[in-house]
Amino acid sequence: MTILPDTTRPGQKKLGLVIDLDTCVGCQACAVSCKEWNTQGYSAPLTDLEPYGPDPAGVWLNRIHGYESGEGDNARGLHFPRSCLHCETPACVTVCPTGASYKREEDGIVLVNPDTCIGCKLCSWACPYGAREYDQDDGVMKKCTLCVDRIYNENLEPEDRQPACVKACPTGARHFGDLGDETSDVSKLVKSRGGFDLLPQMDYKPVNKYLPPRARRDASNGVKATPLETVGKGDGSLAERVFSWIDGVLS
Amino acid sequence: MHPAYSVILFTTASGAGYGLLALLGLTGASHGAASSFWYGAACMLVALGLITVGLLSSTFHLGHPERAWRAFSQWRSSWLSREGVLAVATYIPACAFGLLWVFGGNEIAIAITGWITAILAMLTVMCTAMIYASLATIRAWKHWMVVPVYVIFALATGAVLLFALTAIFGRSGIPALGVITMIALALAAAAKFAYWSSIDNMKPVYTMGDATGLGGDVRQWELPHTSENYIQSEMGYKVARKHGARLRMIVAVCLIAALVLVWIAFSLGGEAAPVFAVLAVVLAGAGAVVERWLFFAQARHVVQLFYGESAV
Repeated sequence: MTILPDTTRPGQKKLGLVIDLDTCVGCQACAVSCKEWNTQGYSAPLTDLEPYGPDPAGVWLNRIHGYESGEGDNARGLHFPRSCLHCETPACVTVCPTGASYKREEDGIVLVNPDTCIGCKLCSWACPYGAREYDQDDGVMKKCTLCVDRIYNENLEPEDRQPACVKACPTGARHFGDLGDETSDVSKLVKSRGGFDLLPQMDYKPVNKYLPPRARRDASNGVKATPLETVGKGDGSLAERVFSWIDGVLS
Repeated sequence: MHPAYSVILFTTASGAGYGLLALLGLTGASHGAASSFWYGAACMLVALGLITVGLLSSTFHLGHPERAWRAFSQWRSSWLSREGVLAVATYIPACAFGLLWVFGGNEIAIAITGWITAILAMLTVMCTAMIYASLATIRAWKHWMVVPVYVIFALATGAVLLFALTAIFGRSGIPALGVITMIALALAAAAKFAYWSSIDNMKPVYTMGDATGLGGDVRQWELPHTSENYIQSEMGYKVARKHGARLRMIVAVCLIAALVLVWIAFSLGGEAAPVFAVLAVVLAGAGAVVERWLFFAQARHVVQLFYGESAV
């Protein structure tokens, strides 16, 4: 049913991801791991068209962008993983004419039922975050499932019951947990690091949060390295003068 | 936005069909039974034919057309579902009206079914428009003029059809019909230009800084993939941008030429009238198709902020 569940109840579970833009190194391990798991799990496969041709195309549920912000000394480049934010008021769900797109009442995960999706693509139009990719081979819409087939999977070891992207991240930039619970590790992390929503003014109320890059350290407070050009203009010893002479000859 | 040809064909063909159907309903309500069996049958066939062709073509762009029946279920939240429900529901009074009107039934029954048909036909067109007008992600669509423009185009193309059908049956000189058709065409052109002028003057409200949460001036230095993905091909369509102004002029020329042809057919009368009237249908139809194509192709989606667009 595309009517949204009431998520305002106290204690409502809101499973989601917290992504640290400070520590993400853009290695694509999360994207590859996501593709690897989800091409054989729920709503599999994630079709690739001409994967080895000149113009490969295919469905990925996680895409890593590169952005630059700030000016001059404060400019910094960063990596930006983008996937479904499992919004609290997702228009992608309410626009669905068939009920294939739905938000789970028990944990807030937004899913597509591949057996009832008609492939009209309207949900992808309704998403501001580009989280849904149409599988033209399968004729249905694909999206991040928050690895619903891992996180509750009793065939896996308890430590493996996390989304594939979180397990794969080598720098610990991805965190998974209940953002509806104020005492959870992810909620505390969001609070301490000033986690934010993407496009909050659109009022989709994303559950996933992003952690901002930490402030750049002011150079005047940091370790002062000796400028390179002064190295070598030292004590005037014989050895130093010899090296200085060799330097002059070689230059 | 990528303009899917099946959706353009659907919205213009069924729009004209519903416009014609609504005008037939109102004609029946005010004038009683059709003037002749063949005239009535031709009008109803064209209206229901266009609607049916449009509805069928709308399923062509689906990944799973065989599951299209499921789209009737979510009318409580989805405008697409509401459109499907109303589109099918309209057939019931439309068929009843058609039989009564063509075969000369009771006048009160014709009037009642005519009104119901006209109202449901217009509500269906409004639902079609609301599918687009309800999307906050496309600012040019979430605009109060989208619904009125869809309705005016449905009525204008429907009116030209009715005028041509009536002219073919030798009655091109009905003053009310001629005047209504010309007014509808002029209104369609005026409304569309007002809409274009309004969206051209919209100031951007979302920036790449908002999309990434980084604030301020954000630049993109690396795309996540080496070739175009679904998000870019579906929501990053840019082909029309360079031809936009010229295509808008084509829409205006088509609609105004159709108006002039209707006026010629109306004032000339005689055997040449149907020729001019049918030409007017062709031109109005072409104008509506180009207008609908631009509606999609010129619409910019918020997701483009993640793909290098600095503000939307």
